[in-house]
Order: sequence, then C-alpha cells, then structure tokens
Amino acid sequence: MAIPLKYNIGNISSRRVSTLMSVLGIGIVIAVMLSMMALSNGVNSAIISTGSKDNLMIMRDGSDTELDSWVDKAKFQVLRTLPGIQKDAQGQPVISPEIIIVFKLPKKDNPKGSNVNVRGVTPMGFEMRPYLKVIEGRMFRPGVNEVIVSRRIRDRFVGCNVGDSFHFGPQDWNVVGIFDGAGTSFDSEIWTDVGYLGSVRKRESYSTVVIRPADHDAATSIKAAVDNDNRLKLQAKSEYQYYDEQTSGLVGIKVLVGFVTFFMVIGATLGAMNTMFTAVASRTRELATLRALGFKRRAILMTVVIESAFVSLLGGLAGVLLALPVNLISTGTTNFKTFSEVAFNFNMGPAVALRGILLAVVAGVIGGLLPAISAARLPITRALREI
Amino acid sequence: METLVEIHDVRKVYKRDQFEIPVLNGITLGVPRGDFLALMGPSGSGKTTLLNLIAGIDRPTSGRILVDGQEVSSYSETALASWRARHVGFIFQMYNLIPVLNAAENVELPLLLTKLNRKQRKQHVENALAIVGLADRMTHYPRQLSGGQEQRVAIARAIVTDPTILVADEPTGDLDAKNADETLDLLQRLNAEFEKTIVMVTHDPKAAGRAKHALHLDKGVLAEGQYGYEAEPAVVRT
Ligand SMILES: Nc1ncnc2c1ncn2[C@@H]1O[C@H](COP(=O)(O)OP(=O)(O)O)[C@@H](O)[C@H]1O
Ligand SMILES: [Mg+2]
Repeated sequence: MAIPLKYNIGNISSRRVSTLMSVLGIGIVIAVMLSMMALSNGVNSAIISTGSKDNLMIMRDGSDTELDSWVDKAKFQVLRTLPGIQKDAQGQPVISPEIIIVFKLPKKDNPKGSNVNVRGVTPMGFEMRPYLKVIEGRMFRPGVNEVIVSRRIRDRFVGCNVGDSFHFGPQDWNVVGIFDGAGTSFDSEIWTDVGYLGSVRKRESYSTVVIRPADHDAATSIKAAVDNDNRLKLQAKSEYQYYDEQTSGLVGIKVLVGFVTFFMVIGATLGAMNTMFTAVASRTRELATLRALGFKRRAILMTVVIESAFVSLLGGLAGVLLALPVNLISTGTTNFKTFSEVAFNFNMGPAVALRGILLAVVAGVIGGLLPAISAARLPITRALREI
Repeated sequence: METLVEIHDVRKVYKRDQFEIPVLNGITLGVPRGDFLALMGPSGSGKTTLLNLIAGIDRPTSGRILVDGQEVSSYSETALASWRARHVGFIFQMYNLIPVLNAAENVELPLLLTKLNRKQRKQHVENALAIVGLADRMTHYPRQLSGGQEQRVAIARAIVTDPTILVADEPTGDLDAKNADETLDLLQRLNAEFEKTIVMVTHDPKAAGRAKHALHLDKGVLAEGQYGYEAEPAVVRT
C-alpha cells in the first residue's frame, strides 16, 4: 500500500504560510492564463462565426476591408443581372447592397468616443443573415433616420437605448430597436436603411454587395465573372473568407495568448518545483525513515508527486476564483484593419476553467517530478543522519 | 543457542571524493535468537554502520550477512525494502515519528505494507500501544507527547509487525535519565517477555548494562575478535 494521503494533506496544512504562498503564486499565474484564454475565446467567437460560406462578398478590387471598398450603383445593376443568383419567393435576386460608415460616438466610459461601424442595408440584408434578431423595440423603417443598435453597442455607448437618439454629423439618429447578432461581429454594429444612410452621408456608391448564389457551381461562375471582368474592377470572396481574413488583424492577440499560456505553465511548473524542493529538503530524515520502514522508492516518488499535484490543484482552483471577475467584463478592442471597435466578452466557460485547472495539475506533476526523484534517490543511511 | 544474525568477515568502505574511508574492517559476529546485544564503542568506530548493515538499509563492501538464514547482503534494493518491512523493527535516537500523523497512524505505518485489513490493523495498533503503555494516547500527535512518550510510540511502531529483529541506534541518546530508564525497562521487557532479539547501539555504559551482552567496536574491529557462534563467546558485561 502507498503512503497515506493524510501524510500529504497533513504536510500541506502544517506549512500553512508556505502553502498559501505557493497556492497564491500558482493561482495568479493560472488566473492570468485563464484571462488570456477567455479573451482569445471571446475574440474568436465574435469574428469567426460571422461569415457565411453561402454568401459572396463583392468589393472593390484591391481593398482589404469593407471600409475602403466601393461599388458604383451602375456596377450594382450589372451584378444584379448576373446569372446564377438565387431568387427569393417573390422572384427577386438575393443580393444586398450595403454601405458601411464609421461613426464616432461617445462611450459610457470614454466621452471622447470610439468608432462604430454603421451598416446601411435593405431588407434583403436581413434575409441573408437570418440569425440576426431584433430583441427589443422594432425594425427601422426605410427612408428615415431610424437605426437599430446591437445589444453590446447599446450597453457600452451613450444614448443607444430604445427611444434615445444620438447625434452624428448634421443628423440626429433615433434608436428604435436593439438586435442580437448571435455572437457575430455584427454585434459591434449599428444598422439602418441603406438608401437613407447613403443620401444623408452623400455616398454615391455602395461599400459592398453581398450575393447569395443559387448553388456551388453558380458561386464559382459568379466569382469568375466578377474577378475576370476588367471593366468592373471588383473582386468576389465568400463572406466567411472575408471575416476569417479580418481575424488576422487580431492574430496578434491569439499569438500573445499562446505565448503567455506557454510561459505561465512553465511558471506554475517552476513554482511547484520550488515548493516541493523546499518541502522535501526539510523532510529528508522523515522520508528516509519511511524507506527504512519498508516503503519503496516508488512510494516516496508518488507521495511527493501527489503532494505537488495537490498544491497545484489548489492553485488552479484559486486561479479560477481570481479569474472569475474577468468574465463579467465585456470589452472591445480596435481591429487595426478596420479601425472600428470589435466588441466581445471575456468568455471563461466551464471548459476554459477546467483546462486551467488541468494545466495547473499537469504543471504540479511535472514540477514535482524532479524533487520527487531526488527524494527517492537519497541513500537511506546518509539521510537518516540529517538533523 | 540458534544463531539469528550471522556476519561473516564484513568490510565497509565509504568513498568520499578520491579517498576510501574504511569503516568496518572484517567483522565476524553471530547474534543468537532471543539475545539483547549492546554494541559499544567510541564515536566514529562504526557502530551505526554495522547496525545499518544488519538492518538492511545498507550493504557491505564485502562479506556476508545472514538473518534468519536469508542472505540479505545479496538482496536488491527493492527486495531489501520488502524484507525490512517484514523482519526489522527500527528504533531511532530522535524517535523519527511523522509529525503530521498521530500516534496510532504512526504505529500503523508499517502495517500498511502488510496484507492486513483495516480492522486487523487497528487491533494490532491498539495492542502495540498497550504494550508500551500508551493506549490512551492514540490520537495524540508527536508534538503533544513528551520525549519519553514519543520514543515509546516509536517502539510500538517497531514491534507492531512482530518483526524478527529489533535494531535500536542510541535509543536513549536524547532522553533524560528517568525516561532513558523507562525506555530500557521496556526494551528489557520486550526481550524477556516477548523474546524479541534486540541489537542496540549505545555509548552509554549504563544502557549497555541492561543488555544481556555487550560488544566493543573500535576502529572498525570487534575488541573481542569473534562473538556469538563457532567458539563460545567470552561474555562481556560492562
Ligand atoms: N555515508 C557516509 N559516507 C562517508 N563516510 C561515512 C558515511 N557514513 C559514515 N561515515 C563515516 O564512517 C565512520 C563511522 O560512522 P558511524 O558508523 O556512524 O560511527 P558510530 O555510529 O560508531 O559513531 C565515521 O567516520 C563516519 O564519518
Ligand atoms: Mg552512531
């Protein structure tokens, strides 16, 4: 039989201060790691889930983002008549001309304001994103200064509740509804009627045009027709591909998260190692006594590793507790490709928390291994002579 | 009388850096079953080293050691550990109790290496603590006990598996006169009543006087030359 667990628990609780320090140290490391993972989780779900593989996005050739793209109304008429576009129940082609304009609006925590994408659409724009739901108030009417605001923008910007109005340029804009974008990047936007937005902001052209091809072959032929028509000077890519490329601006965050996680795990490992080296050094004679009584080297190794894993487990739990408040943070970052806000939640679900705890335990096992081996290797006779 | 421990021309050399330090220089010795033997000698004479060899926590550089007919000097590390668990009871100068375990749990430790179930272990622990007169201290932790009591718990731990031999290294070295006396009373009783074979290292003549026999080590050789078997020993009492 192995050395009883009470031996480990007793030792952990007998060196209370040192245990607390180790638990807190590992806890902070794990908390930072968890926050990073939560952040990456939030950014990912905000951006990647936006694009649909069924929709084709048409932009000016050479533009990387919707904001520096334009499509003349004449070109829109050409696109509209391309063969292969899906028809809706009324026989109309499923195609959505859209205008994206950046408004600078005051934030609740920053009166100077921040950039928000305002998207002008036709009803077809909603049909092409069926997951978008108005959850409060009503839909805007065409031809007037009415907008609907995403829930997250409502929460973080001033004057964005239903019934409020905000000022941008010479216009006042009335908020008539709140929508939920199901975690897509539309959750960081304000939507309004494309005709009205274009006329008051004096835009002669659309920013982009979104097309729903009838099927896969049609998608290929439409893309080829757009890309190869030198008079149009437009490019077509799937909406999914577009948003996927947008994430690359935020790849930095993901790389950073990976980097930090890696070093944090090493930090936790070294923390556990240091704790156990100290713990084992002060117990040399005790461990030699256990071996004299007949406990094998393997039992000594196990008891040290178990103790290390246990301390780290406590550290992991402390880390989850410390990191819990970040879950309440809903924040934004500037997408440096579009210079507009990307809103997202720190998203530490149970899966992320469990991963943090698991990594803590793994760090404990690895960190405990070296002290455990050195403890198990001690010659009994020499260790018994230690005071 | 039957010889329990046979030591044949045992040498022990420690290596430190390049130097070889000879500690035991050809010890031949037999300990009869049921003996209570005191090993005496000046500090550094090799008493502890010899005791460790008998107890199987160290191996000789050359020579053979047999305990109860088994040649323990040829055992592997793992085999020795199992052998110790079954056959050797350890008593240390500093008691070496585990501070975070209470008296009963300390005494139970060697039983965890046997096939006994929980109930049987509890029975054995109670018996052992009753023999050393500490049945009422089961749940006390080492820090709640006096030195004398700690040593008695340690003795209970040493006898709980009913080992073949008890080894004690300066068991009274850390005790005052009264507690030393009580500890020696207990060892004498274990020898007389329970017929335990005991080998005790001590540099205290009074402690050695409580043993049946005493041998003197000096610079790694026995003052008496041979002892215990073959030639009838010259029985030395101090
Ligand atoms: N592990 C070791 N390495 C080197 N020398 C040792 C070791 N153990 C004991 N010695 C030396 O062996 C000699 C005898 O030690 P020991 O058996 O403890 O003597 P005693 O118990 O009679 O005082 C001492 O000189 C001691 O320094
Ligand atoms: Mg000694």
